[in-house]
Amino acid sequence: MASLLRWTALACLLGTAAPALAAEQITFVSQGGAYQQAQTKAILDPAAKALGITINQDSAPDAWPVIRTQGATGKPTWDVVDTPTQDCVRGGKAGLIEKLDFSKIPNAAAIPASYKTEYSVPYEFYSSVLAYNKSKYGKNPPQGWADFWDVKKFPGARALRNHPLATLEAALMADGVAPDKLYPLDVDRAFRKLEAIKPHISVWWTSGGQSALLIQGGEVDMEMMWNGRVSAVMEAGADADYTYNQGILQNTSLCILKNAPNLATAVKFVNEAIDPKLQANLPLNIPYGPGNPAAFDTGIIPAALAAKLPSAPDNAKKQAVLSAEWWTSEAGEAALKRWADFVQKK
Amino acid sequence: MTPSSPALRRHERREQMLVLALLSPALAVVAALLVVPLAWLAVQSVTSDGAFTLEHYRRFLTEDIYWRSFLLTFRIALTVTVLAVLLGYPVAYAAATLPRRWSVVVLGLVILPFWTSVLVRAYAWMVLLQRRGLVNGMLQGLGLTDQPIALINNEFGTVLATLHILLPFMVLPLYATMQRIPRDLMLAGASLGGGPLHVFLRVFLPLSMPGVVAGTVLVFVLALGFYITPELLGGGRTFMVSMLVSRNVEIYNQWGAASAIGVVLLVCVAALFWLASRVVPLERIMGAR
Repeated sequence: MASLLRWTALACLLGTAAPALAAEQITFVSQGGAYQQAQTKAILDPAAKALGITINQDSAPDAWPVIRTQGATGKPTWDVVDTPTQDCVRGGKAGLIEKLDFSKIPNAAAIPASYKTEYSVPYEFYSSVLAYNKSKYGKNPPQGWADFWDVKKFPGARALRNHPLATLEAALMADGVAPDKLYPLDVDRAFRKLEAIKPHISVWWTSGGQSALLIQGGEVDMEMMWNGRVSAVMEAGADADYTYNQGILQNTSLCILKNAPNLATAVKFVNEAIDPKLQANLPLNIPYGPGNPAAFDTGIIPAALAAKLPSAPDNAKKQAVLSAEWWTSEAGEAALKRWADFVQKK
Repeated sequence: MTPSSPALRRHERREQMLVLALLSPALAVVAALLVVPLAWLAVQSVTSDGAFTLEHYRRFLTEDIYWRSFLLTFRIALTVTVLAVLLGYPVAYAAATLPRRWSVVVLGLVILPFWTSVLVRAYAWMVLLQRRGLVNGMLQGLGLTDQPIALINNEFGTVLATLHILLPFMVLPLYATMQRIPRDLMLAGASLGGGPLHVFLRVFLPLSMPGVVAGTVLVFVLALGFYITPELLGGGRTFMVSMLVSRNVEIYNQWGAASAIGVVLLVCVAALFWLASRVVPLERIMGAR
């Protein structure tokens, strides 16, 4: 008993001393699960090694409330967060997120301007795509949002996400707006178009797992869902397929909390994490697209795999890029507020 | 005992101090984890950017989405409660009157689902009730329906799954109350010439009413706060108060508004408890003694 106590005490001492001994450390936060495990292998461990720092990990499925709470105390415990870009931008506007000094982040130079904001660099890409039941539509599957809205030519049960993000974009593309001419969104027009499809939507889904079950179990014949989720059910043998055509390309970004405890190290880490080679490791571990397109030039990603990734140049050009700037603008906030009312009204 | 003896009185005082000392950690925990956050919630509901405001409460009068959510939530909670009484009463009655061996089995079946998480049960209902799920497959296989019926992604699915989760909260207080009803009273009733139905209605049912009230309050109040179940089985249209709170925090970043909704719901629940406590003492509801 006494020896157990002694060992426990020793372990505690070591536990607290070890990070202090390491020269530098940061706390990095992502969304947990298989996704965080994959990045640990692909990006975090190699980055820690390259920089000689310790990366403490935390996870939060929805980081935003925590960013806000930590910001309110003025003494955050997190340094770097991997979260949807709009969290970085609205956090930046609210003084919760640091403005990035891009002169210290040379790896960001190769990234297209539309993927970056003054508060964030892209970390990983996913897409809201049109997925459908393969045998139901056979040789003539829906090819875009206009087809999704065409209930005569493509009968069947439908689902959309219970969230305006990407859904309004899809409605506008269904109404004939070109993918690169979406912003600023014509919100009235989008909601008018959504009213038209509303009676045919049997489910407004809220979680990714739910959307997977809907297509896998045959509850719906077509739906908007995240490409990673469709790929997973297809690999599990589901009778499903999807198209990147008119997909809405979205990304999570890295951003740094205002007054982060290890600001300088955090900036070094952000630069390392978007290094093309480390970024190229990510899709080898999970089917998400690298945030830095230079990753596709490293030769690490096999062509067959690249063809499936949302941010691969050939796929990216078929899609619209979601604008985090617009969604965090006043008009975007107003559109968000309008959503609950739209969904709830009969 | 002679309370006048000073030694005894000293002893009693010491014992009271000891009890208080033993209680203080629990009281501190309750204060830190319940009282303080609730007070913070109340403060947050009347502030906006650090200034006092009733803006968050004004929404209840001006935005009808709030009203619709509250109405829907109370309607679902009421439906679930009524169904829970109707379904739970016979089960509790069986558990209380069957021989010990069987009553253990009945209670075991009631408690068993408790060990499965609410989330897992929601997904299980989705698998069972979806368009090409087990239930619809069976109905069509038997020729009872020729098209799949919408069993989930609507209010029906929400009520069903909520009821499934809350049924034990009805059965257990009912069982506890029924078990304490002396069987002799039934015999006495019968010996005075009452038929079984008459004895049940005039003797057993009134005596079991405290259990009904206790179960009703528990189920109703818990149903008011349900979140995951309507979120996953309501198809996005069954917009309950808890979802209104979460939307306000997650999507709209309106913590004040979310707090105000929480406070209003809390006040509703407190009022209900107060009303119920006028019928049955509160300690009876909570402890089901």
